Amino acid sequence: MKKMEILTNGLVKENPVLRLVIGTCPTLAVTTAVSNGIGMGIAATFVLICSNIVISALRKIIPDKVHIPAFITIIAGFVTIVQMVVKAYAPALDSALGVYLPLIVVNCIILGRAEMFACKNTVLDSALDGVGMGLGFTLTLVVMSAIREVLGAGSFLGIQIISTPMAILASPPGGFFVFGVLIACAVALDKKMGKKVETDPEKMGCAGCMNAAACQAAEGGDEA
Amino acid sequence: MMKLASIFFGMILVNNYVLVKFLGICPFLGVSKKLDSAVGMSAAVIFVMVVATAATWPLYTYVLLPNDMAYLQTITFILVIAVLVQLLETLMKKLMPPLYKALGIYLPLITTNCTILGVTILNLDNGYNYIESLVCAAGAGLGFMLSMVLFSGVRKRIEDAEPPKVMEGLPITLVAASIVSCSFMSFGGIIESIFGV
Repeated sequence: MKKMEILTNGLVKENPVLRLVIGTCPTLAVTTAVSNGIGMGIAATFVLICSNIVISALRKIIPDKVHIPAFITIIAGFVTIVQMVVKAYAPALDSALGVYLPLIVVNCIILGRAEMFACKNTVLDSALDGVGMGLGFTLTLVVMSAIREVLGAGSFLGIQIISTPMAILASPPGGFFVFGVLIACAVALDKKMGKKVETDPEKMGCAGCMNAAACQAAEGGDEA
Repeated sequence: MMKLASIFFGMILVNNYVLVKFLGICPFLGVSKKLDSAVGMSAAVIFVMVVATAATWPLYTYVLLPNDMAYLQTITFILVIAVLVQLLETLMKKLMPPLYKALGIYLPLITTNCTILGVTILNLDNGYNYIESLVCAAGAGLGFMLSMVLFSGVRKRIEDAEPPKVMEGLPITLVAASIVSCSFMSFGGIIESIFGV
């Protein structure tokens, strides 16, 4: 039963994008078309699962002092594999994702899960966490890119369905807007279920971010 | 010279990293509440961006490319950036205490900041030479600073506003970012018409 909980945690309760608000850069950048959203989601999920497995397997060997560089190296290795595979088998996706594909290395979801989960839990649990979080990320990307592609470009997976789209939704300002509205929807759902939610930007995302302490020090430390 | 200027201003206004390319959203939302911290964070970003570009460009062009190891780009760049940030922190602490006091607290946030890795990779993707890459990095950093400073002003107004209950906090901040981003959209084409490149 507990295994099931770990798996479904990332889908709704701790959805990395809408609840933990991490990994926002790729979420905003690649969601102009559904196919990009799916591609990005699968690529990140693969890296997340593999890095979670390897990091939790090595969690007793990696010295605490160098754990961040060690994690980054492991993650970068898997990202390189993904880059090579995508370049070889899906060149169209490679050019659509562009720089955001290598930037999976610094995606806070992956490093965040390594910090928060994989280095404290068993290999199997970490793999399940990777699957859940990855699916949660992919689903959110698909929902958001569906909204932006249907309303912004008037098509779904490249098939034209609306003849007069609102092009602004496919452009960068539209990305911020749709993301804001989606988070508001998540908050509204939470409130309906009677949960208390923290929506202060400084606090909301920080639960899942490994930089939280440094970030808060930076925000508060300048008054002295 | 014209090309350098067009790259520089293009990076600040048209290809603004935060508002148009969506790189570095975390510090944009996390450290933009106060003007001081917004400026400090962006100063640290500009500094590391230029230094990282200065180190990674020759590494890629003269070491990785001739030896057929271009596929190692991602892994070497992120390690170089991590080492550089650590090195800068130590050097600053020893040699430039006032600078360390001003920027030191932001340095740990920078290793995993996607703008740094992004600018080093995009420079090579665009085929810029060494000087162009450095100018591009400086422009990207200044663009980051511009959007952080602008947005910290907007954030102050949001604090006093009373949006609908569900939109409070992060959602309304993102919608405000969308409007700021809109204003940057109107810069599209301005560089071509000024510099004729």
